[in-house]
Amino acid sequence: MAAVTSVGETPAPAAAARPRGMHANRKRRLNAYRYVVFTIFGLFFLLPMLAMLRFSLEGAKLGTWSGAAWKQIASYQGEGVPPLLSSIEITMELAVITSVVTLVLLVPTMIWVRLRVQWLARTMEFLSLLPLTIPAIVLVVGLGSIYNRIQHYSLSALMLSWVYVILAMPYAYRALSAGLNAIDVTTLSEAARSLGGSWFTVMLRVIVPNMRQAILNALLLTCSLVLGEFTIAFLLLYNNLSVELYSISRNTPNAGVIFSTSTAALLFAFLLLLILSYAGRRRRGRG
Amino acid sequence: MTAAPLTRTARAAVEVRLEGLSRHYGPVVALDHLDLTLAPGELIALLGPSGCGKTTTLRLLAGLEDADTGHITVGGRDITHVSAAKRDMGMVFQAYSLFPHMTVRQNVAFGLRLRKVNAAQRDKRALEMLDLVGLSVQADRYPHQLSGGQQQRVALARALAIEPQVLLLDEPLSALDAKVRAQLRDEIRRIQLEVGITTLFVTHDQEEALAIADRVGVMRDGRLEQLAPPTEVYSRPATSFVAEFVGLSNRLDGEVKGGEVTVRGITLPLVERDVPDGRAVALIRPEAVGLASDAAAESGPLTGTVIAVTFLGATSRVTVDLGDTRVLAQLPTSDATTLTAGGRVTLTIRRDPVLVSAASEPAVGEEA
Ligand SMILES: Nc1ncnc2c1ncn2[C@@H]1O[C@H](COP(=O)(O)OP(=O)(O)O)[C@@H](O)[C@H]1O
Ligand SMILES: [Mg+2]
Repeated sequence: MAAVTSVGETPAPAAAARPRGMHANRKRRLNAYRYVVFTIFGLFFLLPMLAMLRFSLEGAKLGTWSGAAWKQIASYQGEGVPPLLSSIEITMELAVITSVVTLVLLVPTMIWVRLRVQWLARTMEFLSLLPLTIPAIVLVVGLGSIYNRIQHYSLSALMLSWVYVILAMPYAYRALSAGLNAIDVTTLSEAARSLGGSWFTVMLRVIVPNMRQAILNALLLTCSLVLGEFTIAFLLLYNNLSVELYSISRNTPNAGVIFSTSTAALLFAFLLLLILSYAGRRRRGRG
Repeated sequence: MTAAPLTRTARAAVEVRLEGLSRHYGPVVALDHLDLTLAPGELIALLGPSGCGKTTTLRLLAGLEDADTGHITVGGRDITHVSAAKRDMGMVFQAYSLFPHMTVRQNVAFGLRLRKVNAAQRDKRALEMLDLVGLSVQADRYPHQLSGGQQQRVALARALAIEPQVLLLDEPLSALDAKVRAQLRDEIRRIQLEVGITTLFVTHDQEEALAIADRVGVMRDGRLEQLAPPTEVYSRPATSFVAEFVGLSNRLDGEVKGGEVTVRGITLPLVERDVPDGRAVALIRPEAVGLASDAAAESGPLTGTVIAVTFLGATSRVTVDLGDTRVLAQLPTSDATTLTAGGRVTLTIRRDPVLVSAASEPAVGEEA
């Protein structure tokens, strides 16, 4: 939405000096352009979702409606795969663990680098971007041997959270970095220091509360990433939600439960987005 | 601090000594063996051009940077290696530094909360401090709802709330517009006197420094050029740098001979007697220049044409073109009424002791 808006507005100042009629004309054209772009992209994203929703409500006979696929989510048990509900649980747990670990690792580190070891900032930024640039398959080759070794101990799919922390890092780093840039970290921390605050106090009571929105953003991105991750889980032979849905679809083509579960996951992500942005906004409104 | 009734007047003021303080950043020498002693309750203003080491001095004193060499003692106690959090100094920053997520009241009480003062007492103290800076009505607002001047007042209240031993102000007024600046400057001085706290005030604005300080320290390249009361810095600058940086100066070519300098036919005594004879530039204050309207004046070294008359209130500033150079004169407005642009005038120069600088030295601290 922001991109669409800026397409419409950026050229406006340049046109301001032109004669009035031309200006209005141009503005109308840009406005029309904006709506066309918005509509095309809207349809592009919306149609598949609507289609998915429709499939999830398909009855036994083609073209009929039924809520059966939605009721199945809680109880579905495909052949040769674990119960659907268990992989939903696992994925949720993965999302929570990954988000917490990512934030606990990144937030203090990033503040510390910003405050005390500025010269490390570039290196850290570079490192945080690496997971984006390394293809998943390459990651798996490297990770495979490690996971093979620890699999002796027959650990659950929750072990995936370690990889996910790495995968989420570029996104979480960007979000947090934007939050840090928005405040004068140095002055705020020096003010707090001179008032008698320890470094711990400075971080927890002065910097972090002012990064609230950024932390929520990082949380949202991390959760979304984990909820939709397929490649690594599949290649490392773990069973998360995406892998489970894939297996079900292989065994039972057109199983309605695939669509209802996917739709539910999507709605869940939307809900999360709404809650988090609402939480951030309410704070700003008050503050 | 917890039990005693919190009153406006802080505990007894302390002496602050900076001895041989040095600090360099890579090849840049920010501070070069600086010695400075603040008497208990004294307000010293550090004045100097940008990059001369004022902020560095303040940050070393606050413990936000470590000194390469030197010692800092506060009230006889060596605090050179004490961390910023334990130095007990109130600091007001150039940039707005209030915590955005706290109300004004919470900001002011923050330092007391860290000191585990109970809620009732810290609230009382916060309101008292806000009262002192005239902002008790705004106690429950957030920083972004305040003007720049109000934010700096809150920052001052926050710094004073912890009853610090020393108050440090780093160009607290530089982000404000002229009117608010003068008003808040006077208020800072009033509060400082009321609390009686030893204070170091950093500024690059000479008017501010002269107006607020007990003593002014003029800095250049990490060193103190002169440390003296404002009147002395102004009327008896120790070096030509000080003369040019503090206040306006006319630079007129002259000839030094036997402890005196002759400028445009007028002989003036020198501040420093041991200047070698030869050509030099005399630094002459605009107030030392007198003007008399004289339509019939023959051209000579001391006659010229008025270019502009600037009304400054009680005084007026007149720019005179002498043909080969221009001179600024500052006169009581009542004497300047007869002068108009284009009029011919004759010049007089009061026989105050003057400073000279070498003829080639460039001007510093140009004023608008
Ligand atoms: N953190 C720093 N890193 C590098 N150089 C610095 C740093 N802080 C100050 N300096 C340098 O030290 C000198 C003095 O700076 P400062 O004390 O801030 O000057 P002032 O406050 O008088 O303008 C300047 O040349 C400045 O560039
Ligand atoms: Mg400075």
